[in-house]
Amino acid sequence: MSATTGYNFGYLDEDTKRMIRRALLKAVAIPGHQVPFGSREMPLPYGWGTGGIQVTASVIGPADRLKVIDQGADDTTNAVSIRRFFARVAGVETTERTAEASIIQTRHRIPETPLREGQILVYQVPMPEPLFRLEPRVAETKRMHALADYGLMHVKLYEDIARHGHVAISYNYPVMVNGRYLMSPSPIPAFDNPKMHRNPALQLFGAGREKRIYAVPPYTEVRSLDFEDHPFEPVRARAGCALCGSRESYLDEVVTDDAGGRIFVCSDTDYCQSRQARQEAAE
Amino acid sequence: MAYVAVKGGERAIEAAHAWLAEARRGEPAVPELGVDQVEEQLGLAVDRVMAEGACYDRGLAALAIKQARGDLIEAAFLLRAYRTTLPRFVAGAPLDTGAMRIRRRISATYKDLPGGQVLGPTFDYTHRLLDFALAAEGEAPPPPPEAPAEAERMPRVTGILAQEGLMQPEARGEAPAEAEPPDLTREPLAFPAARPLRLQSLARGDEGFLLALGYSTQRGYGNAHPFVGEIRMGEVAVEITPPELGFPIEIGEVTLTECQMVNQFAGSKTEPPQFTRGYGLTFGHAERKAMAMALVDRALRARELGEEATAPAESEEFVLYHCDNVEATGFVEHLKLPHYVDFQSELEKIRQLRATALREAAE
Amino acid sequence: MTRPMRMPLAAGFADPVLDAQCCFRAALEAMARPGRVQRVAAPPEAPPPLGGAAAALLLTLADAGTPVWLDAGPAAEAWLRFHAGCPIAAMPGEAAFLLATGAPPPLARLAAGSEEEPHRSATLILQVASLAEGDGWRLSGPGIEREHRLRVEGSPPGFAAEWAANHARIPQGVDLFLCAGDRLAALPRSTTLIPG
Repeated sequence: MSATTGYNFGYLDEDTKRMIRRALLKAVAIPGHQVPFGSREMPLPYGWGTGGIQVTASVIGPADRLKVIDQGADDTTNAVSIRRFFARVAGVETTERTAEASIIQTRHRIPETPLREGQILVYQVPMPEPLFRLEPRVAETKRMHALADYGLMHVKLYEDIARHGHVAISYNYPVMVNGRYLMSPSPIPAFDNPKMHRNPALQLFGAGREKRIYAVPPYTEVRSLDFEDHPFEPVRARAGCALCGSRESYLDEVVTDDAGGRIFVCSDTDYCQSRQARQEAAE
Repeated sequence: MAYVAVKGGERAIEAAHAWLAEARRGEPAVPELGVDQVEEQLGLAVDRVMAEGACYDRGLAALAIKQARGDLIEAAFLLRAYRTTLPRFVAGAPLDTGAMRIRRRISATYKDLPGGQVLGPTFDYTHRLLDFALAAEGEAPPPPPEAPAEAERMPRVTGILAQEGLMQPEARGEAPAEAEPPDLTREPLAFPAARPLRLQSLARGDEGFLLALGYSTQRGYGNAHPFVGEIRMGEVAVEITPPELGFPIEIGEVTLTECQMVNQFAGSKTEPPQFTRGYGLTFGHAERKAMAMALVDRALRARELGEEATAPAESEEFVLYHCDNVEATGFVEHLKLPHYVDFQSELEKIRQLRATALREAAE
Repeated sequence: MTRPMRMPLAAGFADPVLDAQCCFRAALEAMARPGRVQRVAAPPEAPPPLGGAAAALLLTLADAGTPVWLDAGPAAEAWLRFHAGCPIAAMPGEAAFLLATGAPPPLARLAAGSEEEPHRSATLILQVASLAEGDGWRLSGPGIEREHRLRVEGSPPGFAAEWAANHARIPQGVDLFLCAGDRLAALPRSTTLIPG
């Protein structure tokens, strides 16, 4: 029992953690396969990251250092709220530095700073089923995954190219994991997809409302779907960050007036601030 | 550049919480609402929150309603989030609604029947005229109702039909009777879902959603010919058998509303024409919900009865995945969380697609 | 389930919450990096022949929802039932977890999941004499950058061929923990094994 809250360490009871831990081990053993789990009601609403929170709560220990980001930033309100939740129910140290974190819970981004072995990236996932826009019936998509029958998705991408000259998906861009399962990378921008490929960190995915857990082990092949004559191309704004000057990072567009004025800044606040600090130190 | 990298999320959250508390309290000159007042005087709201919150505790439901400022879905969510932390001691014995201490019991299929019709506390024949005497707060306590017919056992209408062999008996299912039923709160839904699981899901389901679906079956989206065999509301004893005792003991009672809809069934290759049942059961007095649930339950049985299943209310996945209002409100409302990273990628994509389209148009 | 209340039972985890968390992280790391050896804090009094790592794994992962098959004798069975509350499976094919201190049942007889639900598969915990990185088996697959080497003393005869057959059933199949004393390593079904 945590002295400050009256709740168990990490909020979840031990039975629930055990159930989630078993699901996580199977998820790691079958990369990209969605494992159903008995998702619990959490004190935060569905859609606010209940799946990621349950995964983090089942994994985290007193020795961990937790970073939480939303849209790449540590200071967005939901990231703040989740970080406070874990500081309260697990008493763990938190950090905003990617390099210092042992667990990073994220919504919609993969940090720019390359991850390393020993780190765990926990994704909050709204819709774990990559095929849901093409086939909403779960019983049907389950069958498609069993048969590795992903023709529907290939046809959709092909039609996009025929109509627009490009695949019209810009985020939540489907990936094939370990050459077997089609997987939703969660709604990260397609720009981030290549970071999933053979990443040294362990990537865990939790979908609370849809009650699914899945995983990508370290150094596992993660390919964004494409065609030989239309290779996958990650898109970012063609600009540099107005704060740190980066031309590699993913940028947020900030509207500065109502006359078309805009600037671009890094979405990853830790990456941007570290660069600014280094530049100041060099001056 | 104050608009960049909005620092101070933490302060903003704290300020919002303080403002929320102030808004909840309202005008301080007006006396604060007591939880007991909610429990006693907004009883149907309490009932709905207990049903959708899947937790029978009038006091906690009343507290949730007060804390949620009267937002009943938010209150059900509060109750669910509390419920999920409670330890499980033992599974209760099946409730015997046949032994209900009845406050209301009506049948639309018989003019009179053993036990009689008991109107009970119903809006049914009120004239919906605003009662300005209530606004004056000078309400005189009404005379006590007639003592209910305590001793008389009230047989269920479906039982009366069954005597004649006209009512399809309830299937026990493949599991032995003593097997524990599936538990929606521990295991995720899997399809095809057995009826116990469907009924669990509907019992927690959103009243409005079930109402609309039930209504749709009456308007031709589904093959419904329903009659209200019976609606009964009253108190039922809850029993458990503690392992160390080995015999059942009563631990309290709950108020329930049960609705048995009787539907015509033309028969199949294996079964003669008969009536089939649609079943609704809810915590508290929640007649609209129980009736809607009974309609939807019957609609969801279409496939097992060999009927064509094409209407929305007959689609198991459609109904069960979408009837939970705590899940639904979470996913709908999460759209207000920041999505600017995804939106940015959409912006770039739309610009790219437009550029391609304009270039092609120019060629 | 009868709990042998009168038998003086050895203790389980010293701190059930934090010890289980620590052991799970070791297990997760092991499963995510096949062939890398992890150390766990063993429950102080697991009855032999139950080794420290195997005992810790079972306390961490098994409960009333997971039938366990084991060949470790009545003392270990009673200890596990008391601390984990898990049912004991009579047949290997019915078990979610299996603990083999001697020759394990054939992998092909264990639950391998279905095409749609390959996660409904058994996890075998196999006690071996020793585990060391650096040479021995050549392992590759998800979780492994190029190759991991794992020297396992005391693995059952013919294991490499059995594992190859298990691996060939992907995505169905059995996952394996190897335990020696307080050390453990894992082979998920996705790992390719070349004897060396």
